[in-house]
Amino acid sequence: MKFNDRDIVSINDFSKKEIKEILESAEDVEGEKKDILEGKVLANLFFEPSTRTRLSFETAMKQLGGKVISLSSTQASSISKGESLADTVRVIEGYSDSIVLRHPKEGAAKMASKFTDNPIINAGDGSNEHPTQTLTDLYTIWKEKKEITGLNIGVVGDLKYGRTVHSLLLPLADFDVNIYLISPLQLRIRKESMEQLKGEEKNGFVEEKTSVEEVIEELDVLYVTRIQKERFAESQEYEKVAGSYKIDMDLLKKAKDDIILMHPLPRVDEISPEVDNSSYARYFEQSANGVAIRKALLELILGEE
Amino acid sequence: MSRKELRVRKIKNGTVIDHISPGYALKVIKILEIDEKSNDIVSIAMNVPSSDGEKKDIVKVEDRELESNEVDKIALIAPNATINIIEDYEVKEKYDVELPRKVKDVIKCSNNNCISNTREPVAYQFEIKQKSPVRLKCIYCKNIMEGDLSDYLL
Repeated sequence: MKFNDRDIVSINDFSKKEIKEILESAEDVEGEKKDILEGKVLANLFFEPSTRTRLSFETAMKQLGGKVISLSSTQASSISKGESLADTVRVIEGYSDSIVLRHPKEGAAKMASKFTDNPIINAGDGSNEHPTQTLTDLYTIWKEKKEITGLNIGVVGDLKYGRTVHSLLLPLADFDVNIYLISPLQLRIRKESMEQLKGEEKNGFVEEKTSVEEVIEELDVLYVTRIQKERFAESQEYEKVAGSYKIDMDLLKKAKDDIILMHPLPRVDEISPEVDNSSYARYFEQSANGVAIRKALLELILGEE
Repeated sequence: MSRKELRVRKIKNGTVIDHISPGYALKVIKILEIDEKSNDIVSIAMNVPSSDGEKKDIVKVEDRELESNEVDKIALIAPNATINIIEDYEVKEKYDVELPRKVKDVIKCSNNNCISNTREPVAYQFEIKQKSPVRLKCIYCKNIMEGDLSDYLL
């Protein structure tokens, strides 16, 4: 399989078969150092701060023998002089073979892809999509559980505004998993997203819950995301809600022995540090898996036939 | 002469926009950019009973045919409207407004954080997910728009 010059804008651009192939490619390239992208240049265009995504793309490209150029401070560039994203992308096209873009505006990657023939890789556009994070999450589940179909997966946190969650749920539903959506009432998933999850040809079920305790015994995977303080009018209300979603060892004692705990990071205090050294924690591995997925994608996009 | 004809007189030449959702006639007028500066002769009827027992609005504009982007805009706020082209008091052509699969530069995205709401050189573009009631999806940020869309028309 090759994705020659294909944009990676949305996870929805991939079929289930393609996703499986990407996961298998990631397994093949994990840990490998090669020079198949020697002579190729990846441009990292970050209009918002990022540690993990920017550095993991850089590591991935370097482990494949390619070079990386970066723009990470918009103040020091022509952006501060008022240059449009459309122009910036056309300029950077001349210096690179592919562009990784993070931008605060939703739809930025889709727009950028219309202005350049070089493949655009969306590294987060506002609260819309972050497809390489989604693939990393799917890869982590697949690698740990050997299979995605049929798993019971709990997703806890801000399901209304959380970017990671939205991108992840749809492909998960395509893999016919059973999904428990766990959140406070005011942060429940939006109606249109729920409709998509329950669409025809999906064989798993989707249930909404307000507490992790209710379903912890059923779960094979618990995916934890942050509940953001700014979503609440009263800070007391936030403290109360956030506290009730904290994952600790007491809770995990009730879980299956082989449950895995994931988190897109950074975390604040939604997972107690005592869990880090337990057999359940996979969030640091998950973060490291981002390199394998990005290597697989870069090879599929930029590698020779 | 029937009571109905008395209410809104027949026009000789021009366009009759019928079956507008009740209360939306003034929004249609706005779409057609009819204001204090325009010379168009216009008749408006609001909340008149229609043949199916429901209420509807009607707008008649004399000596004018609508542009296709005006029809698209009307379809966005009044998906059941019909357009009648009148010549010499007769209906020369009659058709239902129908949204195409995609619309470009007729309505802006309601998501303030969408890239199309910046000064980037891109057109507003939407896929029509459902025609009545209208449901649109921004091709950039995937925002779904439904309900009263009149405030977002360009």
